[in-house]
Amino acid sequence: MSLAPETTAPRWIALWPAGMLGLFFLVPFGIMLAVSVAHRDMGGFYTWAFEWNSYARFLSAFFGKVMAVSLGVSLTAGAICVALAFPFTVFLSGMGAKAQTRVLVTLLSVLALSEVIIGFALSTILSQTAGIGNIFYWLGLIDAPQAFAPSLFALILGLCYIGFPFAVLVLYPPVSRLDPEIVEAARVMGASGPRAFFGVIVPNLRGAIVGAFILVFVFTLGSYLLPQLLGRSEHWTLSVHITDQAIYQSNLPFAAAMSVFLMLVALSLVGLASLAGRDRGAK
Amino acid sequence: MQRRQFLKTGAATAAAALFAPSVLRAQGAPLKVGTYGGYFQESFEKYIYPDFTAATGIAVESIAEPTGEAWLVQLSQAARAGQAPADVSMMAQVARIKGARAGLWAPMDDSALKNLGNLPEHFVHRYEDGSFYGTGAVSWYITLVTNTESYPEAPTSWTALWDPANADKLGLMSLASNSFLLEITATTYFGGTDILKTDEGVLKVMEKLAEVKPNVRLWYRDEGQFQQALETGEIPMGQYYHDVTGLAASQGKPVRSVFPDEGAVLDSGSWVVSKASKLIDQSQVFIDYMAQPEIQAKLSRFVGTAPTVARELTDLTDAEFAAVASDKTPILPLSEIYVDRGDWIAQMWSEKITG
Repeated sequence: MSLAPETTAPRWIALWPAGMLGLFFLVPFGIMLAVSVAHRDMGGFYTWAFEWNSYARFLSAFFGKVMAVSLGVSLTAGAICVALAFPFTVFLSGMGAKAQTRVLVTLLSVLALSEVIIGFALSTILSQTAGIGNIFYWLGLIDAPQAFAPSLFALILGLCYIGFPFAVLVLYPPVSRLDPEIVEAARVMGASGPRAFFGVIVPNLRGAIVGAFILVFVFTLGSYLLPQLLGRSEHWTLSVHITDQAIYQSNLPFAAAMSVFLMLVALSLVGLASLAGRDRGAK
Repeated sequence: MQRRQFLKTGAATAAAALFAPSVLRAQGAPLKVGTYGGYFQESFEKYIYPDFTAATGIAVESIAEPTGEAWLVQLSQAARAGQAPADVSMMAQVARIKGARAGLWAPMDDSALKNLGNLPEHFVHRYEDGSFYGTGAVSWYITLVTNTESYPEAPTSWTALWDPANADKLGLMSLASNSFLLEITATTYFGGTDILKTDEGVLKVMEKLAEVKPNVRLWYRDEGQFQQALETGEIPMGQYYHDVTGLAASQGKPVRSVFPDEGAVLDSGSWVVSKASKLIDQSQVFIDYMAQPEIQAKLSRFVGTAPTVARELTDLTDAEFAAVASDKTPILPLSEIYVDRGDWIAQMWSEKITG
């Protein structure tokens, strides 16, 4: 006589994550989809309908340019963050346990700062009147105090400031679990330091690197405050335009349509990136 | 704040339901007056409502309105259900016109408002059939502001925005519908705002305005960001609120506000009453009360708004008047074009001006 296999938790518990996913992701997304095809009502808000007007309006050279700016800015921030965070994390995992904890806590505390504070602080630090331009001038590096914000550089700097801790936190667990003997074996067999790093450590952690890149990319894609505080108007991302439409123009259908576009493009890029990461990792 | 008010109201209503006959309850219901949350609401609660209640016996419940057009949407949806989240509301001009087109504002009896004559024509709002539905509530000027250290000599004309000498020095508001730069450009270079009544005219004005782009360092949405940059001299010139700039100057900040020769922009909010309101009579008393010269003078002194009534009617001194307004002819925003062609103007603005 055999009993059904005993499980520690009842099966319906699996419905919990599914329910949460449905409630907090699918339902809002469904509402967004529905609003994106609703009819824009100039006198009021919107009325339920099924029309493609908002999507059609988005398909223009202007919004193509804005989308390119958004993707370019986020991809750059993601690449810079990972390029800095990966060697940093490898170095960090070689430090003592106490030092590691201190560094990680410091990084976590950065996450507690709001985007507004980071934006205002950076715009002051990069300003002509009170910023680092004055220190460079004092050191004789430049002829006159100079402003470095608003600019593309300031915007990327701000996004990297926010993205860097996330990249480190994603990379830290796999990096710290990496068997040091693999590297030692490579060195014993005659690989130089850089060769061991790029030939052994990087390929072993490809999945984590792609994961960190995707996280920073998606995270910075939604940023709408920093482009306004640190960028010039030509660096305003699609998120800034979505905010304008939703809040200032009361055009929710158009804002929703833009959000759907942004999400589709982001999802396809994420899919491509993770495919690339998996394929090469399997070789 | 809103939540606490909601709880308070809820408790009061529950208590009233228990102890008072329903007729009395309706009579004793306070007049709900909505203003923009934050500074305006606090100022009105402090300087206006207590005196109004003392003078008329009508209690006021202060309601905080959200920014943007969210309040218009809430009022119109509530009105469909026969509810009025506020009886009287302060509305921005674009939202007021949108509401009027939808017939959301209750028509009122203008003969019951004895102070209506104090207001200029552009502050008395009527439906097309002539019925009266609202008045100008508060107004404020957007002027040409400069940092006094960067500009020892004050500019006197909006043309300073186009001056190649001011490359990368300007802070301007980021939207067509809040900067009113189209109206400013039209008045400065095209002899008035009439040119904005056609699409070709708007494009022509935008072409002229696009010439300022090399001078603009910041298209701002956040007022605090520009004010700070103006005070430090980081962005030494731009457009900003006259009264706030004057306040900063009086605190020793190196800033000044000038009314350019072409005029400064006179923006305003208006009082309107939801058609679902059951307190139309009390609303009329409130709107009439607010149109008194002495109340407008009080607002100028304590809140920093320009009087909506003619200056001669008030007892404002020259200094008090200059702190909030000017005798120069103002540039009046063409709010209708942002209702009729709002999407198109916003799109062209993004492509040609800020893009």
